[in-house]
Amino acid sequence: MLSINLPSILTPDAGLLFWMLLAFLVVFFFVAKYGFPAIINMVDERKKYIDQALAKAHEANEKLMGIQQESQQLIKQARQEQADIIRQAQETAKGIIQQASVKAQEEGAARLKDVQQQIMAEKENALREIRQTVATLSVKIAEKVIQKELSSQEAHQVFITKLVDEALDEKDK
Amino acid sequence: MASPAVQEEEGVNVKEVVLGHLSDAYEWHILTWNGRHVSIPLPVIVRGHEGQWHCFSSARFHEAEDHKVNGFYIDNERNGKIYESVPDGTTIRPLDLSITKNVVQLWIVVILMISIFTCTARWYKHKKPEDEAPGGFVGMMEMLVMSLQDDLIRPSVGEAHYRKYSPFLLTAFFFIFITNLLGLIPIFPGGANITGNINITFFLAICTFLMINLFGNKEYWKEIFWPPVPTWLKVPVPMMPVIELFGIFTKPFALMVRLFANMMAGHAIILSITCIIFITSQVGVAIGAPMSVASLVMMIFMNALELLVAFIQAYVFTMLSAVFIGMAHPAHHE
Repeated sequence: MLSINLPSILTPDAGLLFWMLLAFLVVFFFVAKYGFPAIINMVDERKKYIDQALAKAHEANEKLMGIQQESQQLIKQARQEQADIIRQAQETAKGIIQQASVKAQEEGAARLKDVQQQIMAEKENALREIRQTVATLSVKIAEKVIQKELSSQEAHQVFITKLVDEALDEKDK
Repeated sequence: MASPAVQEEEGVNVKEVVLGHLSDAYEWHILTWNGRHVSIPLPVIVRGHEGQWHCFSSARFHEAEDHKVNGFYIDNERNGKIYESVPDGTTIRPLDLSITKNVVQLWIVVILMISIFTCTARWYKHKKPEDEAPGGFVGMMEMLVMSLQDDLIRPSVGEAHYRKYSPFLLTAFFFIFITNLLGLIPIFPGGANITGNINITFFLAICTFLMINLFGNKEYWKEIFWPPVPTWLKVPVPMMPVIELFGIFTKPFALMVRLFANMMAGHAIILSITCIIFITSQVGVAIGAPMSVASLVMMIFMNALELLVAFIQAYVFTMLSAVFIGMAHPAHHE
């Protein structure tokens, strides 16, 4: 028994302790099993979900950036290719024109040469013909002249002598 | 229990009134009307000296002529507890498991807590993590639980072990907090002074004591019996080990006394201020009226303060328990 009479709120009391133990254990086991885990697990899962969503968003963003860069690169490449093609085409065209002109020139030159050769041949032919014609004509003229001259005997004689002299002179020289 | 009505004729005995309201009782006193007590009788469960259990309503103490039931009576001289008259003339304190006012209040807290957390847990039952976060009451409970765990328990106990202890610490917090709040309500579903009773805080402190020492690691015990101090402090006179060993008990003792003293003092102050009204009105209306107004203002202030204290004390108890538990898991020093 206590020597001093403490107020009851300061006195140990088995009954209250017993009930407190029971009450606290009941509430502890209930709340620790059904109360807190429900909240904490959900919050943890939500946290995980948010983290995942954030990571996914980040990834998607990065992917998008990659795609953008890629597309830009593609466009750049396409432009360059376009420029290349145009330049090549231009070069080809220039080459073809040049080739054509060279060929034309060559052909022209060749034809010109042919024409010249033909002209020369024609010329020679013509000359030959002219000579022949002149020869025949001169022979004919000479015949005619001779036929006329021979009518007079003396003149004929003179002429023949003169021709012979000339031929002799030429021979001497 | 000393009834205030009896003394009212010869003046208000403040000490009796205050202690009476703070104390446990075998009935739940609601009001006194024209000298008649209106109260809820509660069951008395006692084991007599011959080892037999007796269970009866506390109202039978009033009904019986000599206020004795089967030899049991309420001894107002000795804290208003039940004593038993033994045939040899002496009186003994029987094993008393009565459902007293405090016990009823305890179970009200238990029911309240279970219903609060059942309601909260039910909300989560059919929800997925990708659903919207709760609002309203469930949101408040989630906020409270998570902020306690993440801002208080986790840093205090330490990252490695906090999940193991957080159910106990959270239960202790909500138990103390709800009990404190109910204690502030002056009428039936609340009003019993639970956390201002040394038995309750003793039990809570014992729980913390067990949590600290049952699960303390090797390093913790090494720091008690062979603390890292100069050797002459340990050998030949084990000064530091003795101090450390003493510390094992002072930590929960401080927890017990802190909660008890704070809650008891808060209740005592509010009750004392209330008593001012009755004391001054006995002197006269001229002094009674202004003092009543002053008392009312002070009471409102004190109740607001107690509301704060109700939270702070629950928080402090949880925080210190968490810190002590954390100290029982020191990191391994090389």
